[in-house]
Order: sequence, then structure tokens, then C-alpha cells
Amino acid sequence: MENSVETRNVSRIFKSGKTEGSTRIVKALDDVSISIRKGELFGLLGPNGAGKTTLIKILCTLLLPTSGSAHVRGHDVVKEADHVRKIINMVTGGETPGYGILTVAENLWFFSQLYGIKGDVAKRRVKELLEIVGLSDEAGTRMNRLSSGMKQRLNVARGFINDPEVLFLDEPTLGLDVLSAKHIRGYVRNWVNKQPEKTVLLTTHYMAEADELCDRVGIIHEGRIVACDRPSSLKATVRDKTVFQFNVSGSGDYERLKAVKGVVGLSWAHHIESDTSTLKVVLSDQAVASDIESALRASGSRIMSVTTPEPTLEDVFIHLVGKGLE
Amino acid sequence: MKAIAYSGNMERNLRAIVARTYVRIVGSGREPSWILWDTVLPMLTLSTYIYVYKVMNAPPEFTGFVIVGGAMIAFWLNVLWNMAAQLYWEKETGNLEPFLMAPISRMAMLMGMAIGGIFNTTLRALGIFAVGIFVFQVEFLVVDPLAALLIFVLTLAALYSLGMVFASVFLMYGREAWHTSHLLQEPIYFLSGFYFPVKFLPFWLQVAASIIPVTFGLDAIRRILILGAGLGEVSLHVVVLAIFWIVLFFMAKWTLRYMEDHGRSEGRLTLRWQ
Repeated sequence: MENSVETRNVSRIFKSGKTEGSTRIVKALDDVSISIRKGELFGLLGPNGAGKTTLIKILCTLLLPTSGSAHVRGHDVVKEADHVRKIINMVTGGETPGYGILTVAENLWFFSQLYGIKGDVAKRRVKELLEIVGLSDEAGTRMNRLSSGMKQRLNVARGFINDPEVLFLDEPTLGLDVLSAKHIRGYVRNWVNKQPEKTVLLTTHYMAEADELCDRVGIIHEGRIVACDRPSSLKATVRDKTVFQFNVSGSGDYERLKAVKGVVGLSWAHHIESDTSTLKVVLSDQAVASDIESALRASGSRIMSVTTPEPTLEDVFIHLVGKGLE
Repeated sequence: MKAIAYSGNMERNLRAIVARTYVRIVGSGREPSWILWDTVLPMLTLSTYIYVYKVMNAPPEFTGFVIVGGAMIAFWLNVLWNMAAQLYWEKETGNLEPFLMAPISRMAMLMGMAIGGIFNTTLRALGIFAVGIFVFQVEFLVVDPLAALLIFVLTLAALYSLGMVFASVFLMYGREAWHTSHLLQEPIYFLSGFYFPVKFLPFWLQVAASIIPVTFGLDAIRRILILGAGLGEVSLHVVVLAIFWIVLFFMAKWTLRYMEDHGRSEGRLTLRWQ
């Protein structure tokens, strides 16, 4: 099957301003090689700062790689940027491109003109997209009067305005309410399903989003792809491990539990309202769970419940990286 | 959804120009407060100069010089503050990435901004002319309106090409470039003779002023509108302004390309509030 997006050993180094006489060098991407097939919805999963956005910006021709090569539909993103730009679009979560003084419909029309979409077709397209993102009633409202969630929906609509062959979605549901996010996810999935020539590269740090939407997922950590497969296959890699979820009272620094023999990785979250914490621990052996329980009790935590949930992509991440996504 | 009909390169760029012009013009129409800031308030400065000349018993054409200078200042300020900073502001508001990702010429985007800016600023300039005619009784002696139009168009073409050069510099250097605009504002008021004819400046200052396109444009327009000159008398101005335009246009094309490449390489196109 033909590859829509292909990167070969892409690295990107950022040099920040000199501080105390030395230049800070950050390796945002380190030897990244991925191949995304035509018709595929590919997810790039990783925590903030992992390199997801840097990779997308390179593929969108906004940034040059320091080394390596990247192609979109066979076009080199460095040497053939003009070709690439005709067939792509990108949506970045949390961004609200457009002009506050223009109405919702005018903003979409404006962006349609940057792709040379002709008059009536552009109008029809704007109308269709506003229906899809649920903004038809706001078509005549100025953008600066929209809520941030509505602006984000408009931003999503903008990404589809040129019906791109390859769509890059960088945390597209950031800032959206649950229902809107679900609706957008459904639309993206259908868009690819109905048009097998389309390709989507989605970056997210929402596990469920990647799991629900993506045909394949690449897990990126500190600029490196540490795993890449179908979500079910990735989850299968932790089936021989044991995932335990402890709900405990209070909060604490549970990092020390990594020292317990047999702990592959762990993550935790503190719930302020109930003053409880949820710990997810990936263990090499079920027997290690009692050692964890002992360690928690020794530190004064009251264990409220212990469960063994089905493995998720987060467990895969914990297994690979040793810590959670947050 | 049905397949989308796309335009060719030329039509796509023209559409981008129209769309960007639309933003400027519609935006101004929806926020009319600019009429006060951009038209009424500047008239106070112009009035001061006019009354100073009246007190000094300067020739009556000096009032006309001030009015024409005031009208042209509007274009210079539009270039210096709106045009030059436009790409920078597009970056800060999140519009630059969609622009740069779109398959259009960067010149098309800037041209749309320029045309929209020219439209709005022309309204301001016409307001200043109206005050000159109806309040200060300025008499214009237009013998060759086509020459006036030619000089006006060439001056704006050169001026807004310079604005495109500034835009690329602002894009890269952001707030640092802001200081350059401040640095350029008052000296250019002085050197270009917005409020007085540059022939009163010392010769070496006149030479220094000649590197600024607006100096030539302003001088030629004053000769045509106030002193009744024809095309033959401003032919040197036409040649110089045409050269300015061509040189600055290609310089803008080059600087935009250079700054974009440099920005992609350094990552500065995607960094904010630098």
C-alpha cells in the first residue's frame, strides 16, 4: 500500500538564546522514522514536549528538519513545499485562527480563498462545514463573540475547508467540551472511512482519543518513537504484565515505589475534591502487588480499593517509558 | 461532500488578495472609531502648522503643502505601523501558520493587506483634503490630473513595497523591530518634508532625504496639485519613483523568501512573543 506520509531519520534540534554564556540545545526529534499509509488514521501519542508538534510542523512545511527527510504524498517537505501545501491542512488545538471582526461564515470563506476555492463552491463548502461542527446558527456571528469552544470548532472546520488529502490534527479536541470532542472525533473517523484516499495524522495526549480513533498509534517520548503498532497490538504487549490500579487516601510522591522489585512503571493522579489518589502500576508479576500494598501502608496511605483493569494505551506508555503521560 | 473546484496559481493568488483586502475594508467599516483617531485627531497637528505659517505670513500655498503632507503622512504611518507589523501580528494571533501552510504567494497576502490599507488610508487622506478645501480654503491648481494619479500610484507602489520589506523584518525580529519603526517615524517626518518643502533643507540633508520614496512622491504631488505642474515637470520624479518601486518590490520578494527560509530553519515562524 502506498505511503502518504513518510519520515526517514528525522531529527530536529532547537538552539535557544544564550543563557549565562552557553547556548541551550534541545533535541526535539531524534531519528524519527514513520510511514503512514494512504487511508490510515495514524495517532502520535506522547506527553507535552515529546516532539509531536515539532514533527507535525515539519510535515506541514513550517519547520525544517535538522537532518533526515520527510515526504507527504511523495513530495519532499523541504524541496517541494509548494506541492505539499496544496494537499494538506492542519488544525492545532487551542489556536483560533481568523479575524474577530469577521463573522464565522466570513472567516471560513476567507480561508477557502487561500486555497483558491471558487465562489459558489466555497459558499456551499462553508455551509456544509458549519453544519458539521454545529455552528450553522452562528454563521453570522462575529468570531470575537464566540465562546472558546465554538472558536475551536470553527478552527476544526477550517482544517477541512480545502478537503485536504492529508490532514494533520494537533491536539484537535483541546478545549472542547466532551460532546463536541466526541462529535468531532466521529466526523474525523467517518471522513477517512468514506474517503480511503485521505490520510490523517493525529497527535494527542488523550489515550482514549488515540485508542478510539486510530488505526495505528506511534508512541513518542523525548523525541523518539518508542513503539508503533495497532492499539490492540500495543495493548497486547502488556497483557503478560499485570496492571494494578490502587485507589488510596491522600496524596504523596509515589515515585519511590519504582524501587520495589518487579515494578515496570507507574503513574498517579491526585483528585483534589475527594483528596484521594489513583495509582496505576505495571508489574512484571502479580505477586509484586502485595509488596506495593505493604509499601503504601508503610507510608501511611489507606488503600480504598485495588482493581486489575484491562490494559490501556496508558499502560503501554507506562510500560515503555516507566511513567504516565502527564 | 462534492469534489471541490480549485483555481490555478494565478487565480488562487488573486483570490487571496481579494480575501485579505476584504478583511481590512470590512474590519474598518465595522469599527468606525478609526475615523476619530486617524482623521480628526491628526487634523489638530496639521492645523497647528497651518496657523504657524499664517502667523509668519508665509505664502498661501504653504497651507496646501501642509494639507498634502498630512494626507501623505497617513500612508507613511499605514506602511510603518500596519503594513510592517502585519505579519508579526498574524503570528501572534495564530493566523500566520495557516497563511504559510496555504499554497499562496506571501506577496499576495501582503498585497491584500496593502490594498485594504490603501483603501482605508485614502478615505483618511480624502478627509484631510476636504478639511483643507472647506475649512482652510486651500486652492488646488490641478492642470494635469493624470500626472497626479501616476505620481500617486507610483509613490504608493514604492511605499508599500518598502512596507513589505519591513513586514519580513518584523516577522523575524518582532518587538525588536518595533524600535526601528519608532526610529523611522519622526526623522522621516522631518526629512521627507511632510510639513514644509524639502528645498529649504541644507543640500546634504536633501540628498539624505532622497533615499526615501515618499520624499519624491510628496514633492511631485505638491508641484502638481499646488503649483500646477504637468507631467513634463515631474518626469524625473516619475523615473525615480519607478526605480524605487521596482527595486523595493524585488527586495521585498527576496527578503520575504529569505526571512521565511530563515524562520523555518530557526523555528522562529512558530515561536510567539519572542
